[in-house]
Amino acid sequence: MAKNHITTTINGDEYEFLCDTEQTLLDCLRDELFMTGTKEGCASGDCGACNVMLDGQLVCSCLVLGVEADGKSVETIEGMAHGDKLHPLQQKFLELNGLQCGICTPGILIAAKALLDRNPDPTETEIRYWLAGNLCRCTGYDKVVRSVQAAAEEMRKG
Amino acid sequence: MDDLRYEAPGTLEAAVALLAGEKGEARVMAGGTDVLVLLHGDIIEPDLLVDIKNIPELNGITQENGGWRVGAATNCMDIVDHQEFSAAWPGVIDGVKLIGSIQVKGRASIGGNLANASPGADTVPAIMAAGATATVFGPKGQREVPVEDIAIAPGKTSLAKGEIIVSFFFPPRPPHSGGAYLRFTPRTEMDIAVVGVGIDLTLDDGGTCQAARVVLGAVAARALLVDEAAATLIGTAVDDDALANLAAAASAACRPIDDKRGTKEFRVKVAAVLARRTALIALQRAKQS
Repeated sequence: MAKNHITTTINGDEYEFLCDTEQTLLDCLRDELFMTGTKEGCASGDCGACNVMLDGQLVCSCLVLGVEADGKSVETIEGMAHGDKLHPLQQKFLELNGLQCGICTPGILIAAKALLDRNPDPTETEIRYWLAGNLCRCTGYDKVVRSVQAAAEEMRKG
Repeated sequence: MDDLRYEAPGTLEAAVALLAGEKGEARVMAGGTDVLVLLHGDIIEPDLLVDIKNIPELNGITQENGGWRVGAATNCMDIVDHQEFSAAWPGVIDGVKLIGSIQVKGRASIGGNLANASPGADTVPAIMAAGATATVFGPKGQREVPVEDIAIAPGKTSLAKGEIIVSFFFPPRPPHSGGAYLRFTPRTEMDIAVVGVGIDLTLDDGGTCQAARVVLGAVAARALLVDEAAATLIGTAVDDDALANLAAAASAACRPIDDKRGTKEFRVKVAAVLARRTALIALQRAKQS
C-alpha cells in the first residue's frame, strides 16, 4: 500500500515525510526525519521518554500516529535551545546534575517546560505529580525536581 | 497489518458510514491511548482505524438545559482545566485526574475510557454515579443510553457495529449535591484501580440524603451501580450507622476475581473502606454546594 504523505510543522519549520499508518509519531521523528532527540522508552505510554508537544498539548509521541501529525504543530527537544543558548531548564539540569544516563531527559524537559509554561511557580508537590509519568531509573528524581525548581526561579526573574 | 488504513472523518455521518461499511475489522480511535497500545502489541489487527476526534460534536464542554454536555473525545486535560464543569462535578474530575500521566491525559477521553470497557476504568464509576447519559450515533440514527448500559464485560460494549459514543450529558444539579471518586492502588499515581468507588449524593435543606448513586469499579466484569448501597444512605444524615450499612452493602455487591492486583477477599474488604471514605467526601461537597 502507498505510504501516507504527511506535512507538519516541527519546531516552527515545515517538514514533509512518508510513513506507514502503523508508524507512530515517535517512529516518524526518529526514523523518517532523523530527529533522534526524542527517545523511545516503553513504547506504550508509561514512561514519558518520548514526550513532545502536539498543537500545544503534552503527549507521548509513541501514542500518536504519524498520520495524525498532518497539518499539526509539533515541538520536540530539538527546538528547546536557541542556537547555542540553552533553555533555563536545560541549563539547570546540567548545573544541578538533573540527569545521569540521559535517556529520560528530553521527555522530562518537554514535560517540565509544559508545566512552567502554565504554572511559573509550582510547588514541589505539583512538580512531582506533573512528572509522575516520567520514569527515571538513575536519579531517584530528587535532582530532577531541584533542577525544575531552580529553572522556574530563574525564569521568574526573567 | 501492512494494509492498515487510517481515516479521520469530519462528520458523524462519514464516520458511521466508514465503520458500518468496512468489510474487515474496523476500530474506532479517539486519543489512541488504549487502541495504539493494542495495535502495536499485535493484540488487535484492524484493517481500518477511524479517528473520530476531529468531529465537532465529540469535542468540547458546553452548558445545556441547566446541565453539561461533554464531547466523548474531549481530552482529559481540557476537562480538568474547565473550571465551571469541575466545580459542578468534582467527583467526575476525581476520576478524570486519575487517568494516566499528564501526557496520557492530553489524549485520553471519557468516551475512550468507557468504550475500552475495562472493569477498572477510573472515569466510569464517576460518570455512572453522576447519572450521565451517553449520546450514541450509528447507522440507525441517534439514541440516548444510560452510561451503565454501555460497557458490559471486559473489552465488550453494547454498541452495535458502526455506533460511536458522541457525548455525555450530565444532568442539572439540585442544591446540596456532591460527588466523589476514590480508588485503591498500591501507589498513588500511574496505576490501575484494585477497587474504585464513585458516589453522588443530594441532601435536602435539613441535611437528609434525598438521592444517592453508588458505583463500584474493578470488583466485577463491569462497573456496578449498586442500588442496595444507595438505599443505605437515602433518608439518613449519612451518619455512622448509615456509613456502616453502606460499607456492608458495598462489600456484599462485589463479585471480584483474584488477579495480580488483589485477591477477592482484599477487594471485598477494600470496597467497604473506600465506600465509606468516598461517601464522606461526597457528603462534605454536598454540604458546601
